[in-house]
Amino acid sequence: MGKLDLRRIGLALAAPVLAIVVALVITCLILLAAGSSVSGFLSTIFSAPAERNVINILNNASILYLSGLAAAIGFRMNLFNIGVEGQYQVAVFTAAVFAAQGWLPGPVNVVVSIVLAMVVGAVWASIAGVLKVTRGVSEVISTIMLNAIAGSLTAYLLRKVGVSTGSNLATEEIPQDSWVPGIPLLPGAPNELLGLALLAVLAGIGYAVLLNRLKFGFNLRATGTSASAAVASGIDVRRMVVVSLMISGSIAGLIGLPLLFGSSHSYGTTFQAGIGFAGIAVALLGRNNPVGIAFGALLFSYLAEQSNLLEINARVSPDIVAISQGVIVLAVVIAYEVVRRYRNALEQRQVAAQLSSSAPAEATSEATR
Amino acid sequence: MRHTTKLVALAATVALVVAGCAKKEEPGGAAASDELCADKSGAGPKIGLAYDIGGRGDKSFNDLAAAGVKKALDDLDATCEEAEAAQEEPDSAKEERLRTLAEAGFNPIIGVGFVYTEEVVKVAKEYPDVKFAVVDGFGEGPNVTNLVFSVEQGSFLVGVAAGLKTKTKKVGFIGGVRGPIIDPFAAGYKAGVAAVDPAITVDMKWLSDKGDAKAFANPAGGKTAATALYDAGSDVVFHASGLSGGGLFDVAATKPDGTWAIGVDADQYQTATPEQQKRILTSSLKKVDVAVFDYVKAFKDGTTKAGFDLYDIKRDGVGYSTSGGHLDDVSSKIDEYKAKLVSGELTAPSKL
Repeated sequence: MGKLDLRRIGLALAAPVLAIVVALVITCLILLAAGSSVSGFLSTIFSAPAERNVINILNNASILYLSGLAAAIGFRMNLFNIGVEGQYQVAVFTAAVFAAQGWLPGPVNVVVSIVLAMVVGAVWASIAGVLKVTRGVSEVISTIMLNAIAGSLTAYLLRKVGVSTGSNLATEEIPQDSWVPGIPLLPGAPNELLGLALLAVLAGIGYAVLLNRLKFGFNLRATGTSASAAVASGIDVRRMVVVSLMISGSIAGLIGLPLLFGSSHSYGTTFQAGIGFAGIAVALLGRNNPVGIAFGALLFSYLAEQSNLLEINARVSPDIVAISQGVIVLAVVIAYEVVRRYRNALEQRQVAAQLSSSAPAEATSEATR
Repeated sequence: MRHTTKLVALAATVALVVAGCAKKEEPGGAAASDELCADKSGAGPKIGLAYDIGGRGDKSFNDLAAAGVKKALDDLDATCEEAEAAQEEPDSAKEERLRTLAEAGFNPIIGVGFVYTEEVVKVAKEYPDVKFAVVDGFGEGPNVTNLVFSVEQGSFLVGVAAGLKTKTKKVGFIGGVRGPIIDPFAAGYKAGVAAVDPAITVDMKWLSDKGDAKAFANPAGGKTAATALYDAGSDVVFHASGLSGGGLFDVAATKPDGTWAIGVDADQYQTATPEQQKRILTSSLKKVDVAVFDYVKAFKDGTTKAGFDLYDIKRDGVGYSTSGGHLDDVSSKIDEYKAKLVSGELTAPSKL
């Protein structure tokens, strides 16, 4: 049995490792084709990050993790929520405007803003859910459209309420007593871990509990596996669609908050975009598993951080890293499929072996009867 | 078991290939896209350049900064290194880019684009001995210089040119995005047109709600907007929309004589096709190249000043171009307005 378990663990690790190795090989080939230095690329990518880079990696990974979780909840339900991008932008904009008013004192302001962001994200996502269950609109289409609307809406409202400093246009700054202080994790680094990065840990635990310990999570997974079977066992699938999209949206609402309260203190034209799309890749990489997503987020964040050094230290275009991130995602999908087929074949052979060893005995007992 | 062996063999092969391609490197490791900073032999200032998304090749803003550095390489014996922002990167990546340049011994370090302002302010504190500059910046620090431009004055002058040249009494404007970046171009242009004849109408088209690729890297959108403006009766159209302006020039090239397009930042006549050149009346100049070179020169002489370094019409930091000679008949009139801007008799508004 012990040997079998080892093999099972080995198989579980085989897919991501295989994917990363394949992605590296392909990236190497692209670098060769582009005439760039491969050894420079590898030594920069695998150089030990300095303390300040470790902090950056953790900060960005926590944000990517939230985005990955938001996407993963939809995926578990077989809902392709592409709208995380729009959901977090609408949510962080609302939170930024609300928190800047300073109606509530210090930490209370932060907590209420967090709740508000989750609600706004959920409401924005629910539009796609309601459209799906009442009008049969594919959530892929509607969330993509809602992303475009969210982007334009926040840009329009920003022009209405924003204040410009130099060429930047941003919401008013959040009062200082509501800034969430960073955590000086590594004393040698000039930067700190974002205080609200801890939201990622809480959300990860919440996700694991929800899916594996609660009836709702069971219903969600059951619906994702087979909607018709779920209906047969009395699950209200339409309600599940709306509710799970709302939960996905509420986690999406958290994405921008570590940056908002910990670093930028306002939402402006330069607020980081694109995290929602990166989250889809991260969820895919982590196979919608809470630990897997953390691994995927760390890997993506690590690659992005190291890629920054590439241009200066190894004179490799940062686009190459974007390519290798894309290749990793593709390789992961393929590698999991390869390993899954291999495992299936393995199991079939085991069962066949067990059957054939017990079959003669059964045959004789039947003959004597 | 046989299959496990196969899997291991596969993994081993792959590992060998990786190791193999790691070794197979040409000596020196030729860089992919770098020519500007290839020569590392200069003994002058070591310039670190950090671009926003897009970087060099925009025939405008970033290329002008690079041109300034090029001049510094030639005249001041400087060397340089360039780094460019990735799509949708976190702010920490910008900080990290600046720190990496500082750690590698580059000084001065120039952030090209206002997006670097906050990051430069932060990183400048950590490296008090390094001088930083931000083109279009607005940051404060003892070692931070903001290179800023009165673009509304240059735009005012091309507005005057448009007002003098229009026959239809209607001119157009294409802006990338409404807001503090492009508003000064639009406001100055409008005021310049009105200074010639208040009865001339100015039609405005905006490409995007936010400063994204749709605003500044969207020639198709520029084309649509230009077609709409010309069809509605404008015979002169000015764009402040980065690469999207290419669409305007394409449309203008197909129009009859007496139809004009106006470029932005660089003298865009110089980079246009012969067909487009016939229609490019002038360009509103923003001399980023001059500012960058001056800054590096000041660095070499030890005379950089913190705060704002304003390039306005008095300093010839902004202006209008005369390439192609399309303005020969009216240039004396435009220069009258220019003199009034210099003397302060006229002011160009920067807000719409």
